[in-house]
Amino acid sequence: MTHPQLDLPAHTGSRTTRLLGFAVLAGVAAMILLGFFVAPEDDLMQDSVRMIFVHVPSAILTYVAFSVTAVGSIMWLWKRSVWWDIVAQSSAEIGVIFCGLTLVTGSIWGRPTWNTYWEWGDVRLVTTLILFVMMVGYLAVRSMGGDESAVATRAAVVGIIAAINIPIINRSVEWWADRTLHQQSSITDGKLEDWTLFTMFLGIVVWGVFYTWSMIHRFRIAWLERELRDGDLDEAIAARRAEATTSGGAS
Amino acid sequence: MTHLGYLLAGWGITLGALGVYAFRLSVRGRALAARVPADRRRWMTAEDDS
Amino acid sequence: MLRDAWLVARKDLRIEWRSRVTFSQVVPFAGLVLVLFGFALDANRPVLLQATSGLFWITVMFVSTLAVQRSTSIETTDGARRALLLAGIEPAAVFLGKTLAVAVQLLAVEVVLVAGVVVLYGADVEAWALVLATCLVATVGIAGAGTLLGALVAGVRARETVLPILLLPVLAPVLIGATRAFDDALGSVAVDGWSWLGLLAGFGVINVVLGALSYGVLLEET
Repeated sequence: MTHPQLDLPAHTGSRTTRLLGFAVLAGVAAMILLGFFVAPEDDLMQDSVRMIFVHVPSAILTYVAFSVTAVGSIMWLWKRSVWWDIVAQSSAEIGVIFCGLTLVTGSIWGRPTWNTYWEWGDVRLVTTLILFVMMVGYLAVRSMGGDESAVATRAAVVGIIAAINIPIINRSVEWWADRTLHQQSSITDGKLEDWTLFTMFLGIVVWGVFYTWSMIHRFRIAWLERELRDGDLDEAIAARRAEATTSGGAS
Repeated sequence: MTHLGYLLAGWGITLGALGVYAFRLSVRGRALAARVPADRRRWMTAEDDS
Repeated sequence: MLRDAWLVARKDLRIEWRSRVTFSQVVPFAGLVLVLFGFALDANRPVLLQATSGLFWITVMFVSTLAVQRSTSIETTDGARRALLLAGIEPAAVFLGKTLAVAVQLLAVEVVLVAGVVVLYGADVEAWALVLATCLVATVGIAGAGTLLGALVAGVRARETVLPILLLPVLAPVLIGATRAFDDALGSVAVDGWSWLGLLAGFGVINVVLGALSYGVLLEET
């Protein structure tokens, strides 16, 4: 995540992202230290409680990321703002990773705690899986290519459909599985020790910083891709071609 | 420490996935930036981010 | 607007009627799926009976992707979409019409499927009113969400594979709700089936409104 200095910085980093990157590295180191050596084991869950330091932040950032995607989708349809479209796309991609990690860490944690990798009776688990599949579909629509603004519009509608249907899905799963195994809320029921809580919140902050770092980089990548596709780049290429006939087109 | 295997798997997969993603973003950014003229990478000139 | 919607629906249904695809291919496909489930569950009557409502609605989901694809391809071939736009019909009316047409086809398939589960699985329908109401309400939701997503993927490469990825997760509440309602209607599980109709209706209304609002953007731009 560090960027060696070049004369002409040919990368998507900047002073801000380097700062954020170091903050993430330091934060992860602190999380490992606190999570494995300072935070005490749980009476009930024993040491498996240490999984929530990565699981809960991933889950929270999943919802943050997809909310940003929903907002970006609306803003694209409303204002036709390319900026928001790229934000929506970037956030969805990072959100899918967080969402996948939420499912994987939850599953691994469920094995010793609930004695099963997958519990169908759990609302949040099942809802999160459906959300994951939906957002994979979102990325699939994005990756199919075609006219730029058409792709953005399609993706935006998918984003909005997902955002609107998630509460219905959540409600339906809730009624369907009238019992739920999930920790109702690890944060508010006051059963967690101080250091455990602190480490979890630290995790949320670190994940948030990582999200910001990734968003900036991902945004710039999408921006560069647009620049490469855009017509006005042709001039630059033509100029370069004129200088040296051997250098080919950029695309 | 109980459940060490589960914990290592969970943390390892999480940090590994995020690390790989961050690395790939960097690499992709470099590859693309090299193909775009410097004056069009606007965050390189401005101090702040877009 | 409703008149236009009716016109579009009639147009789609007439095309389907003339091509006979629904009857000569989709209905046999649905029946085939029922038979395959029978093989998969080893023609075990008690198991089949317990799973009947789920299998029924899974089959409807599969059929819905086919119906939506058919419905979409009517507009994409020969630039029929442009013609519809040029005819000055409101996009919302087009959406409602196409939703109605898909819903009618799905209902036709569901009639055959109900007969299928009664004959093949030995299902014993205890509450016909509930079966009818569930089919009506659930089908509107499926057709609405399907028509919207069908228009969405119309211009996409590999739309045949993208559509199920997008549509099936959205339909999860319908599968859950309709299956539970059928469980009650078939007497296989003691639940209050009518209480699920509210969820199905909510899903239907939200997705039909969403489709009517966003269909125009998709029609014009993609």
